[in-house]
Amino acid sequence: MTLLEVSGLEVHFDTPEGVVKAVNGIDFAVQEGETLAIVGESGAGKSQLVMAIMGLLAENGGASGKAEFRGRDLMQMTPKELNSVRGRNIAMIFQDPMTSLNPYLTIEKQMTEVVMHHQGLRREEARGHAVEMLRAVRIPDPEERIRQYPHEYSGGMRQRVMIAMGLLCQPDLLIADEPSTALDVTIQSQITQLVGELREKTNMSIILITHDLAAVAEICDRVIVMYAGVAVECGSAEDIFYRPQHPYTRGLLASVPRLDRVLDDDLHAIPGNPPNLLELPSGCRFRDRCSEVMDKCVKKPPVWVSDGGRMSRCFLPMEGGKVAPEPGSQKEPSNHLDEANPASPADGEGAV
Amino acid sequence: MTKPVLRVQDLAVRFKSFSGGLLQRKERWIRAVDGISFELHSGETLGIVGESGSGKSTLARAILGLLKPSRGRVMWLGEDLTTLDEEAMRQRRKELQIVFQDPVASLNPRMTAGDIIAEPLWTFYPNMARLQVEERTRGMMKMVGLLPNQINRYPHEFSGGQCQRIGIARSLVLNPRLVICDEPVSALDVSIQAQIINLLKDLQKKLGIALIFIAHDLSVVRHISDRVMVMYMGQAMEVSQKTDLYLRPLHPYTNALMKSVAIPDPKLARQARQDSWLTGDMPSPYMRPKGCIFHDRCPYRVKRCEADVPALRRMESGDWVACHRAEDLDLSIQGASTGSLG
Ligand SMILES: Nc1ncnc2c1ncn2[C@@H]1O[C@H](COP(=O)(O)OP(=O)(O)OP(=O)(O)O)[C@@H](O)[C@H]1O
Ligand SMILES: Nc1ncnc2c1ncn2[C@@H]1O[C@H](COP(=O)(O)OP(=O)(O)O)[C@@H](O)[C@H]1O
Ligand code: SF4
Ligand code: SF4
Ligand SMILES: [Mg+2]
Ligand SMILES: [Mg+2]
Repeated sequence: MTLLEVSGLEVHFDTPEGVVKAVNGIDFAVQEGETLAIVGESGAGKSQLVMAIMGLLAENGGASGKAEFRGRDLMQMTPKELNSVRGRNIAMIFQDPMTSLNPYLTIEKQMTEVVMHHQGLRREEARGHAVEMLRAVRIPDPEERIRQYPHEYSGGMRQRVMIAMGLLCQPDLLIADEPSTALDVTIQSQITQLVGELREKTNMSIILITHDLAAVAEICDRVIVMYAGVAVECGSAEDIFYRPQHPYTRGLLASVPRLDRVLDDDLHAIPGNPPNLLELPSGCRFRDRCSEVMDKCVKKPPVWVSDGGRMSRCFLPMEGGKVAPEPGSQKEPSNHLDEANPASPADGEGAV
Repeated sequence: MTKPVLRVQDLAVRFKSFSGGLLQRKERWIRAVDGISFELHSGETLGIVGESGSGKSTLARAILGLLKPSRGRVMWLGEDLTTLDEEAMRQRRKELQIVFQDPVASLNPRMTAGDIIAEPLWTFYPNMARLQVEERTRGMMKMVGLLPNQINRYPHEFSGGQCQRIGIARSLVLNPRLVICDEPVSALDVSIQAQIINLLKDLQKKLGIALIFIAHDLSVVRHISDRVMVMYMGQAMEVSQKTDLYLRPLHPYTNALMKSVAIPDPKLARQARQDSWLTGDMPSPYMRPKGCIFHDRCPYRVKRCEADVPALRRMESGDWVACHRAEDLDLSIQGASTGSLG
């Protein structure tokens, strides 16, 4: 069953320098019980994508498109309705646990407020529930430690508290935006393990956002790779990790330093930097950094090519599959042919 | 072998902190760095790895004289830096540089890239001609892979990776002999991390500087280090040649850190999870475990580990380890024997 279906989602920001198109037409769906990873470099649009769905965009931001949660379009909801969905059905965990926890309140206060507010539980019940959740995320001695303040917890424990808070209302969907990026490797690995356990024990769907493909290999069912505001590849974990198609995905995989591999002289790096969204190159957004760039990549943006459950946005032939169409040879939304506006979106049809 | 340029001997740093309310204020001490010793030659890179709070940054700052150690010596070219007065230390700073973790936050947002890179020149050579400063600055930008025509841009106009290149250019502008990089890539995207590591490795080869590269991830320092020191709660657990450490770690904590490194392969990652075992958090710095400081998280501990502190001692291989069981544990990495791993 499809839990969340996002289609044609666009996010833009008004800035003094012009309109920044942070997300440029994205389609994807999350099934019940599925763990979906959204991977890409900083600035790719990962966070703004979910912020738009959750109605949390900054003042200067705007969004269009659909995000149907159990058939109800989140994008059409009033702030009040959205607030209730956020409290009951969808939980979100942000990158920096210190900024999302109130330093002046005990963990108990922060956790119980949430459930008392959203589920109308009495303080005692709420407390019992909170202790249980802390135990589930392996906070040692939860009855004692729930009385402490955030600064008395280590970085890893704080992030686990955030996860526990997210789980309090037993959401259908947990969205974790780089939950372990700011943490060191041992804690990252604990958080990964914890998410993996949740995934096995509950039927919750999870969206994991990260810049580090390695961090999600173990726990995701499907992966969407984003680059400069568009999805460039999508497939099952096996597809993405064992048979990556898009040069960007291949580059991301190759730049992970691995301890289980023979040491090369140099680490593989993706050359260059992500583009400025206000000065996008013509044609393929990745072309300045792509080792396989061809003449046609400069002229036209490649479209989504789908082969079964997987898709790639690149002129290279899909391995063992279809060859991408020549530019212009296939039905494309008309704005793709607008030479004067090479930065126009390059989204194809079809939900991922 | 040549004489080492840097010799750190039994270096320790303590911080005072207070607990309790105003009335019963209790003084407590954190031993952030607790008796660290190592040597470094020019042209050599030492990787320092440990969890957050293990004392890596504190050690770096103590070596550079930015913090007063409570014990120990920092011998730089035969001279003890900890005994120098401020002016003498200021002069040595030309030779000793640091690159910080957060590339964006560590650059002054109101200065142009050129000014940031050139600032040390103005400080130490106030009479240098403008033209010469600019020429040198452009040269540095080229060397670290920035376009010299971006000299007048501000930090916010650069990406995180480019900001780190600016930080590196600034640290090299005075021709230092030692550069300490404190987690220079932790805040960067994986795809950009490799660029910076390769850059530092090239520059170090070209310039022959001594380099200390700090990270929390063993996979990150592997490419750049000749030797690696693993720290835990202010102490060195192991100091090994890279070729040895990644093949056969000597200390259970090193082994645990290796197993925490994520593998971009679903099957291998799930398999690795099965036998990873680093549980629990690092103990509070106020409650240092007796005996081996790692014993409460160590699956190999024996009775003795809870009472006796294992000294850092030299093994036959020349590597150093602080574990009672170093001889009888075999922590070889599986599959390592088949490839030329290390
Ligand atoms: N100025 C200070 N006052 C009190 N305690 C401090 C101070 N600076 C550091 N500490 C403490 O010293 C210990 C070592 O800190 P340090 O910053 O050196 O760790 P680190 O290994 O660099 O960690 P990270 O990977 O998070 O950067 C920690 O317990 C820290 O809380
Ligand atoms: N309030 C805002 N005003 C203008 N631009 C913004 C704003 N918030 C985000 N952006 C831009 O949107 C793009 C995508 O951002 P984000 O989704 O946060 O990326 P990430 O993939 O790192 O999470 C970036 O170029 C970012 O600078
Ligand atoms: S379309 Fe061309 S430039 Fe873009 S990723 Fe494919 S090969 Fe590279
Ligand atoms: S001394 Fe004992 S507790 Fe410490 S690392 Fe060695 S085996 Fe483990
Ligand atoms: Mg983000
Ligand atoms: Mg540090």
